[in-house]
Amino acid sequence: MRELSYVQAIHEAHRQAMAADCRVFLIGQGLWSPWYAGGSLEDLDREFGRDRVLDSPVSENAVTGMAVGAALAGMRPIVFHPRLDFLLLAMDPLINQAANWSYLFAGQSSVPLVIRAVINRGGEQGAQHSQALHAMFMHVPGLKTVMPATPADAKGLLLAAIEDPNPVLYIDDRWLYNQTGPVPEEIYRIPIGEAAVRRAGRDVTIVGISWMAAQALEAADVLASQGIDAEVIDLRSLKPWDQTRVLESARKTGRVIVADPGWRTAGAAAEIAATVAAEAFHDLHAPVERVTLPDTPAPSSHAEEQAYYPRPSAIVEAAWRALGRRVGAAA
Amino acid sequence: MLGRWKTMLRIRRAEEAIGEMCETGEVRCPCHLSIGQEAVAAGVSAALLPGDTVWGAHRSHGHYLAQGGSLESLFAEVLGKTTGCSGGRGGSMHLRAPEQGLPGTVPIVAGTIPLAAGAALAYKLRGEKRVAVAFFGDGALEEGSVHETLNLAALYKLPMIFVCENNLYSSHLHWTERRVADNLDQAGAFHSVPGARVDGNAVEDVFEAARQAVGRARSGAGPSFLECRTFRWRGHVGASSDQDVGVHRRGELAEWLEYDPIQRAAEKLNMDLATHCADVDQEIDRALTNARSASTPDAGRIGEHVCAS
Repeated sequence: MRELSYVQAIHEAHRQAMAADCRVFLIGQGLWSPWYAGGSLEDLDREFGRDRVLDSPVSENAVTGMAVGAALAGMRPIVFHPRLDFLLLAMDPLINQAANWSYLFAGQSSVPLVIRAVINRGGEQGAQHSQALHAMFMHVPGLKTVMPATPADAKGLLLAAIEDPNPVLYIDDRWLYNQTGPVPEEIYRIPIGEAAVRRAGRDVTIVGISWMAAQALEAADVLASQGIDAEVIDLRSLKPWDQTRVLESARKTGRVIVADPGWRTAGAAAEIAATVAAEAFHDLHAPVERVTLPDTPAPSSHAEEQAYYPRPSAIVEAAWRALGRRVGAAA
Repeated sequence: MLGRWKTMLRIRRAEEAIGEMCETGEVRCPCHLSIGQEAVAAGVSAALLPGDTVWGAHRSHGHYLAQGGSLESLFAEVLGKTTGCSGGRGGSMHLRAPEQGLPGTVPIVAGTIPLAAGAALAYKLRGEKRVAVAFFGDGALEEGSVHETLNLAALYKLPMIFVCENNLYSSHLHWTERRVADNLDQAGAFHSVPGARVDGNAVEDVFEAARQAVGRARSGAGPSFLECRTFRWRGHVGASSDQDVGVHRRGELAEWLEYDPIQRAAEKLNMDLATHCADVDQEIDRALTNARSASTPDAGRIGEHVCAS
């Protein structure tokens, strides 16, 4: 199969969806810029016209609200927020309106909307351009959240999100943009709510989210060299999340590490750890370990960034703790 | 004009009935009554065509009824019955009548203004000659999203109308406690959206202003802003007169009662309206009886419809 980068896969999904369905349109910041969206939307305005690819004024709240209204009027909008941080200005249309709509009208109507927001960590961008806020959205009933970690999922989950009758928050991470992998050429969907086992293993389960799923695979290689056989699950969807697959693996290995690119307190990893502890308690040999960001905003200076973002070594050390081995000791 | 008068009367009588049920406790959900403001909803809806949409807020019984929403479904909704327009899930603040052009009302102040703009964008993208109307109170002008939406609507020349029902109060706060100038009709001017101030208790004035704005929107010339001056006779929420959650207003009610939009329209009609009054009363009684006899939702099904499938 031909290979694409993660960012090319996102681009192709947009292109194919817009060509296949005239209800799909794009609105948000930076859509006519060659660099704003990291190449993920390049030249779509030329191909589909600027009526259908609207580079909007910086009005996140109203633009997101307009997309909700357009969805209710039969369109399939994709709203682009080049930083997940900027989506915080649009909480009312996303949560009060889109996420509640189906429920408060007893399922008579829903909001088929994709909100795409980008995590853009590192690069000394500091606290307001790099936040991974997925856990906040995971909390909200009626809102689906996906976080692809591979090029194939980047395409398949975006296409699934566009076809879903509900609001779906699609979060991609700029640190993944250059990853390459096989991507089918045709239109296909990755089912929302289904995790993927990236590596089968017996000794320990590592549940990775987004960028941390990629880090988990690197950690698994290190662990393999130390004689530890790790199973790596790429969660892909945060809401709903694949409890069946995670619990199955937890019961098999008895040791679970959750590697989450977000903060620790009330984070995605906390939710997964609580569920594993409640549902698989008697099969666990060790407490569930969480590898997360510390509970601080993102620092800017490169020196501090190095300490802030966990590396595969943090996952390896968590696996050692779960296995009851002294951190730093060779296998 | 008879039709518009009758619409106003239907809204008045329906809300009086709902107000009574609020006071007896039969209706438990918060109800924001538009008694005294009926001419705005009746005048604007009369200027619309099938296919146009109206987006409301917390005080939207009038918008729902003016668009032709079912009385029985409204009563059932405020009573929390399965036959309610939102299946009993929404209550007074979440009404819908999509076949009548009311996709949904929601109680976040200014919440549906960008939604109306989005619907207008959808009509424009599809080349449909439809118009979207955003109804909101004067308090909504203090929300940022209104100003964002005015700019976007002007920029994209959206077929929509911003209808501000200026009843002078935002909950218990008089406009002078929230603004320094009485200039809401100019809210769109900065964004090049033309505005007009209308006597919101004169249904024919509202109708004429709305007709012009609708014509402008439908022709592709873009959005308009209407400030309709009116007054709500009841409190912000609930049935009590001229009182807001225990806070007395400034005693303007006596003055505004003289400008009753229904009475003024009746005087202009200059005809015997007794049979029409009887018709409306009968309609209300029948709808209320049916709504009361409907079933209540099965509490075992509260998990349903979180997501559409």
